[in-house]
Amino acid sequence: MTAVLSRRTLLAAGGGLVVAFSLHAQEPKRPGSLKETPSLDAWIRVAPDGRVTVFTGKAELGQGLTTALLQIAAEQLDVAPNRIELITADTMRTPNEGFTAGSHSMQDSGTAILNAAAQVRGLLCDAAAAEFGVAADTLTTADGLVHAADGRAIGYGELAAKLNLHVDATANSPLKDPAAYRLMGTPMQRIDIPAKLTGGASYVQDLRLPGMLHARVVRQPSYGATLLDFDTGPIEHMPGVVKVVRDGSYLAVVATKEWQAIKAMRALAAAAKWQETASLPDEATILDTLQALPVKDIPVLTWQAQAGAPVKRLKARYSRPYLMHGAIGPSCSVAQFVDGTMTVWTHTQGVFPLRAALASLLRLPPDKVHCIHTQGSGCYGHNGADDVAGDAVLIARAVPGHPIRVQWMREDEHTNEPYGSAMIAEVEGAIDADGRIVDWDYAVWSNTHNRRPNIGGLMLQNAALSDKLPVPPPAPIPMPEGGGDRNSNPIYALPNARVVYHFIPQMPVRISALRSLGAYLNVFAIESFMDELAEAARADPVEFRLRHLQDERAKAVISLAAEKFGWSAGKRGDGRGFAFARYKNLAAYCAIALTLGVDHETGQIRLGRVVAAVDSGQPVNPDGIRLQIEGAIIQSASWTLYEQVHFDRKRITSFDWSRYPILRFPAAPDSIDVYIVPRPGLPFLGTGEAGQGPTSAAIANALKDAAGVRLRQIPLSAPAVKTAIGV
Amino acid sequence: MIRLNVNGHDHDVDAEPDTPLLYVLRDDLALNGAKFGCGLGQCGACTVMVDGRAVFSCLTPIALLPGRNVRTIEGLGMNAVQQAFVEEQAAQCGYCIAGMVMRAQALLEHNPNPSEQEIRDQMAVNLCRCGTHMRILAAVRRAAGRGVKS
Ligand code: FES
Ligand code: FES
Repeated sequence: MTAVLSRRTLLAAGGGLVVAFSLHAQEPKRPGSLKETPSLDAWIRVAPDGRVTVFTGKAELGQGLTTALLQIAAEQLDVAPNRIELITADTMRTPNEGFTAGSHSMQDSGTAILNAAAQVRGLLCDAAAAEFGVAADTLTTADGLVHAADGRAIGYGELAAKLNLHVDATANSPLKDPAAYRLMGTPMQRIDIPAKLTGGASYVQDLRLPGMLHARVVRQPSYGATLLDFDTGPIEHMPGVVKVVRDGSYLAVVATKEWQAIKAMRALAAAAKWQETASLPDEATILDTLQALPVKDIPVLTWQAQAGAPVKRLKARYSRPYLMHGAIGPSCSVAQFVDGTMTVWTHTQGVFPLRAALASLLRLPPDKVHCIHTQGSGCYGHNGADDVAGDAVLIARAVPGHPIRVQWMREDEHTNEPYGSAMIAEVEGAIDADGRIVDWDYAVWSNTHNRRPNIGGLMLQNAALSDKLPVPPPAPIPMPEGGGDRNSNPIYALPNARVVYHFIPQMPVRISALRSLGAYLNVFAIESFMDELAEAARADPVEFRLRHLQDERAKAVISLAAEKFGWSAGKRGDGRGFAFARYKNLAAYCAIALTLGVDHETGQIRLGRVVAAVDSGQPVNPDGIRLQIEGAIIQSASWTLYEQVHFDRKRITSFDWSRYPILRFPAAPDSIDVYIVPRPGLPFLGTGEAGQGPTSAAIANALKDAAGVRLRQIPLSAPAVKTAIGV
Repeated sequence: MIRLNVNGHDHDVDAEPDTPLLYVLRDDLALNGAKFGCGLGQCGACTVMVDGRAVFSCLTPIALLPGRNVRTIEGLGMNAVQQAFVEEQAAQCGYCIAGMVMRAQALLEHNPNPSEQEIRDQMAVNLCRCGTHMRILAAVRRAAGRGVKS
């Protein structure tokens, strides 16, 4: 039977409730990605010479994943990290772990490798016990050797040669006592950084294969533009030009050298004639336009219980514009078509889904497409990485044998990447005479946050090719993770609450997953509104949050951030703001306190001191956690203060960094200090996106404190601040 | 053929004279450090040094370069600036980092003791989307504290 207890039943039943219900005797589940890929040798192999290879289906995106996974494997195996080779996402070599996204890598892959490594070490010890004729629990391991109490020792390689690791993992693992960890929980320098500092070949952009040619695409200037006419005359005598590839409105050129390809592309573009339609809505009224589109209503939660009488009721509307991923390195891919098989080097977040998408785009069976993850510039979600692989394979098919390298131009990336959806949240809340929230009504409007390709219809090129594949309708991501409704469910204990997600299927602008999805706006709205309610209740914002929380780990993170910031000392000079969220209400906890100043002449916000506290469960690489949070704070500050994708009725007009400015060094905060609440032995909690939401609301709250104005529409740009202040 | 001096070595390069230095470094000389970011002088990912000054290699045609000394991150070895970046762990994806190092190197060669404001103003040209700014600033301060040789 399944026991479903509503929150109402629990609340109504009061404190001393004992729930007894029976469950089917269920097999305990294997942890992390061992559920989908149980075989131990899919994750860990030990060669006869003792070399260890670890496999992950996740990818290094600049988040430090490879270093953390090595720390985990090395810790549980008792092998030095530099003696382990780590193979990342590759459709022919590694487990299929879907996308490297949603701050899932540590929970999925980290947990799988943690347990697989512990089990492999256990099997090696069992084998040694048989070899030595002693009990396994008298053995110890160190540096790739199993030691017996009498001094005998045997290497992992020798043991593994007689051991079958092609066995399914069990649900429970002989994990080390976290108190004995020497690597996990200790800062380790990132393994990928030295090569990145010396010009090593680190990125797909750096691949140079024999016979490789360069290609560029003459992109459609606007969504759905039709190529009416083009002229190859101007490029026919250009040095190095190898081929023009055309299919419908898809036009590309291949050349021997990269600069030759760029010049040829520009010449082709100058002579190309397009038919464009004014398909975009008016930017000035985009939020109202979105809110007026047909929606599918998705109820997120309804809580009902006895509560005090409301004495004050507040209402507010928050919004964010379309935001860009804005990778510093435009997307790049290399593809080679040999004997009917396409090999693709790509910085996609999901080699397996991309393989499916490319296979369908090429009308090839999936086993004829091989995707190898190769690092690129940080992506922060679904950017141009997959689409540029689409370019590479289409062009490579037209020039068989030669590896084809395509890197997007800056304007290709800026105007073609799928943006993060614009969103609106409306919230109404009431407090009682004791300053407690007694009622909460929340509605959020958003497009989907997931158009990641797993079929060809979702690739950018599909809109240009003559033979179009069907495009699947957009779908919402269900809770508890959610998409537009991610983090729309408040973590606070509220007696009465209603949350609804108005999912908007129609997408006037091309959109997909941007770091933290809907959580960025939902946390901005909830945490701004918490401050508005605290003010109405004449309560301190930190204390007000604590009084509405039951989750002890949430309280600990808030208290630590407040203590390290010196919140109780009161305001000193600049404005100060606080915000908190647990990402998705199931990943890392993050609280942020910061100061800022406002230039009343210009409306410019100047960030001062930032203090963050984070609980990521068992920390693996504490310095990596700090760096992820620092990065999230700065990126979110940039979104919050400056960013907005602009467009006219036909085209995206944010085509470069001058039309889409982001934070530069002079605007970086004075300092950022990140404190970790260590939780030894507790499950890993994904951290990569935890800082995004809290940063935005902490800024808005500090702005209110500094200048007395409450801004609810992102970006909190200088002109908007200046207008609000009214000077 | 155009003769370029890169990291102390002469190279005769067979490329059109309008080719920006960036593409010659990457395609002809197989140097990975300088990166394509925008091709517009807006991001600094392509930053290298020419005669001791930081320049955008994406905007510098090779026709201008005979007789000048080009330096890229490959030519630094593992110097005080790079070392400081390692110690501060000043990289996430790292795509911007070679450009950051070269701009910091040029800054410190001309101004061995920059103020915080001078560092921020000089580095303002270079963009980082991962938000590694605090680490990069710390690395530049750390390198300055040790003294940087040209
Ligand atoms: S690539 Fe040269 S400044 Fe951006
Ligand atoms: S570290 Fe990724 S762009 Fe700077």
